[in-house]
Amino acid sequence: MNGRSRSRLAAWALLLLLVWLVVYPLVLVLADALRADGRWSLAWVRQFAASGIEWSALWGSVWISLASVAVAGLVGVPLAFLVERLDFPGRRWLATALALPAVLPPLVGSVAFLFLFGETGFLARLVQTILRLDAPPWRFEGALAILLVHGYTMYAYFYLFTRAGLASLDTSVYEAAASLGAGRRRTLTRVVLPLLRPALGGAALLVFMTSLASFSAPYLFGGGFRVMTTQIVATRLNGDESLAMVETVSLTLVALAALWLLSRVEGDVAVAGKGVAPAPRQVTSRARRALLGGAAWLVGTALLLPHLTLLLVSFVPLGTWTTEAVPPAYTLRNYVTLVTDPVRWRPLLNSLWMALAATAAAVALAIVAGMLVVRRRVPERRWIEVLLAMPWAVPGTVFAIALATAFSVHRPALARVVLIGTVWLLPLAYLVRNLPLTGRALLAGFRGLDPALDEAAATLGAGRLRTLARVTLPLLRPALVAGATLAFVTAFGDFVTSIVLYTYDTRPISLEILGSLRQSDVGVAAAYGVVLMLVSATVFALGAERRAEGG
Amino acid sequence: MSPFVELSGLVKRFGDQLAVDGVALGIIRGEIFALLGPSGSGKTTTLRLLAGFEMPDAGRVVVDGADLTRTPPVARRVGMVFQHYALFPHLDVGENVAFGLESQGVGRGEIARRVRQALALVDLAGTERRRIAQLSGGQQQRVALARALAPEPQILLLDEPLSNLDPALRERTRRELREVIQRIGITTILVTHEQDEAFDLGDRVAVLRNGRLEQVGTPDELYTAPANLFVGRFIGRSSAAPAEVLGAGAGDRVRVRVLGVEWELERDANTPARGPAVMLLRPDALWPAAPAPGRIVGRVVSRRFIGPSALFTVDASGIPLEVSAPAQALSIGEEVGLVPSRRTGGSAHLFPAPP
Repeated sequence: MNGRSRSRLAAWALLLLLVWLVVYPLVLVLADALRADGRWSLAWVRQFAASGIEWSALWGSVWISLASVAVAGLVGVPLAFLVERLDFPGRRWLATALALPAVLPPLVGSVAFLFLFGETGFLARLVQTILRLDAPPWRFEGALAILLVHGYTMYAYFYLFTRAGLASLDTSVYEAAASLGAGRRRTLTRVVLPLLRPALGGAALLVFMTSLASFSAPYLFGGGFRVMTTQIVATRLNGDESLAMVETVSLTLVALAALWLLSRVEGDVAVAGKGVAPAPRQVTSRARRALLGGAAWLVGTALLLPHLTLLLVSFVPLGTWTTEAVPPAYTLRNYVTLVTDPVRWRPLLNSLWMALAATAAAVALAIVAGMLVVRRRVPERRWIEVLLAMPWAVPGTVFAIALATAFSVHRPALARVVLIGTVWLLPLAYLVRNLPLTGRALLAGFRGLDPALDEAAATLGAGRLRTLARVTLPLLRPALVAGATLAFVTAFGDFVTSIVLYTYDTRPISLEILGSLRQSDVGVAAAYGVVLMLVSATVFALGAERRAEGG
Repeated sequence: MSPFVELSGLVKRFGDQLAVDGVALGIIRGEIFALLGPSGSGKTTTLRLLAGFEMPDAGRVVVDGADLTRTPPVARRVGMVFQHYALFPHLDVGENVAFGLESQGVGRGEIARRVRQALALVDLAGTERRRIAQLSGGQQQRVALARALAPEPQILLLDEPLSNLDPALRERTRRELREVIQRIGITTILVTHEQDEAFDLGDRVAVLRNGRLEQVGTPDELYTAPANLFVGRFIGRSSAAPAEVLGAGAGDRVRVRVLGVEWELERDANTPARGPAVMLLRPDALWPAAPAPGRIVGRVVSRRFIGPSALFTVDASGIPLEVSAPAQALSIGEEVGLVPSRRTGGSAHLFPAPP
């Protein structure tokens, strides 16, 4: 067998594996949605279509996502311009602080908001104490609360994308506009913003998809407000499996439609060349400098409030914080129990090994995919890419339900085995969710490699394995590190898929946080949150460092 | 003597495009052989077939009597310098040069010794620990050469080896490259689209077009006896004018009418016996004189100064003719009459007119 047919064989093996992991479970969900009493039937679809609750949940998902895009964009884009184009005291600090919400796993961010803005949170208690009210002044729930959490956790996408876009705009672009008589406003609207369109489109798509799939914020703050992700889980808990399938299908369709629409809008505006952005303009007026500087520090610190809240609450002993505005007692015991009590450290271990295993497997599959798609250029490459990216387009709840469905019966002939209730289902789910992250990073990495390097290694007598170990992988290190850190952090903090698929033996950190909250053990919940936050931040920081070294 | 490297009937298709179309070549041991052609001529594909990066659809690659047609590049013992060098950016200079030796399982001490030797050969002794990014373009080119030569390959392949260097550096690097290759006497095949490079480095040159071999020969042969109009136009400076062969002239000459005048010219292998033809004129084929009957009359339209002489373009009834003459001999706008130089052998050729 020659190299070409070996590649084809490997491509088909990979395709089959991806179809089995990514497409097949979704197909089974669709099939289940279209069956009733063991026959093909539209009964459940009709029930779904006739229910006002279902439609309001679906509409809720869509409009909260659109609103989240608007809020995140309105916050993130101006901040990016501010930091990138103006120089004022405190600029560096602000630029760093603005990226901090990105290190909060979604559930941890929501919990921090609960402690900060919730009806028993700091702010509510403060207002209550100052105004001497009998009851909390507000309830932090409904669409507005969700929107606030989304805005906080997702403006960073707009902020980071816009900054990257601005940084790639060459000085000559501004100079050309100026030499043609365009003022600052006209340059912005006619030149800069159009050139930023791909970046803005990318950020909008990311925010929309993330909001649509968002689970923790609506789960904790939804109140009476329905969105589809939480609706699916609730329906399933009620035992209406088939209706949950129809709901899952509806959410998937919305996600795919959004992806299709937005990717058409996004377009392909290529900024010519790698630009050298102009230096930020120095703010000279003394009053403005003071004002901007002050505002920068204020905003930067405010952005840190959720993190600090979490840290503070993590020192609160069980049952000591009742009516006071500020917790009266502090202890390190919450952290001590995390490492001494086997029941408490089990979730940490679970999350660690499951995230590591899923990340390792996702990286390995992405490397194989990269070699086949970019290097061997197998005819199936288009399909491999689509399948790798697909879990990104489909909300996590959907995949969780799909995997739970696919691996709930033992029918080896149909490639279905019982994994539900075993320790393998959750790592498998993390793996599927990680594929787009590692896949995207490594495909880009492979594309950035000069194929002549492989050929050079071959003329120097290095076989495939030696070339991979000595040339390809070392050069792919930045991409490997980027993909692996992102995948690990996502899996380590995962809540969406875990809540559907966990068992007592595989309960991850996120579910232990939820459990502690339910038992009003806020201190331990916050301590877990802090651990999650610190691990995420450390992994990101290490990743950034290693990438810098490698590049 | 049977050739050291023998390509026979090589064919390579990419989709429905024929990149290499029946190329057959014999390259002698120790020779520097240049593949010259415009882009898309198939010269790079031919080199890649030799290296084993592409498998031919037909034909054979034989080196030193062994058929390598189906041998993967790893096993071919071919050294290659890539157009953009393809140095491993994460390894230092020494590790790059040692890479091929490690593949062969050479011992540690021996590797160090041979790396030192290879770097000394390219005048980079003592640079083992330097990072690739710290090197200039010329140094990178030499490291790439040292890396290719260190495992002592049977043949050396160079893919546009100088195209990445700025022109000022090119001539010097070309000289150094030639010296190194000649010192170790390795059979070398290089690909280039620059005639200067092919002529300066190559003992023999093959001219390719559209995947086919047009002519193989020494630089002198290609210039003085082009096998066809394409080679004549591609190699060296020349003008082309429509002509008609009228019949045999005195001795080994033919009578020809070109741009309204009748001349007698020496016959060569391609000269048609009679009928429409194209006359290829080197700049030294014509000599400017006063306009008169029996001379090609035209007007000087441009002048390119090149030191002792200048190249003048003369517009003769719409046909631009390039004429070499002393720098001050003519001025722009002047009317001249062109006559054949005394020695037209090798500088004016007649080819059958293309259909």
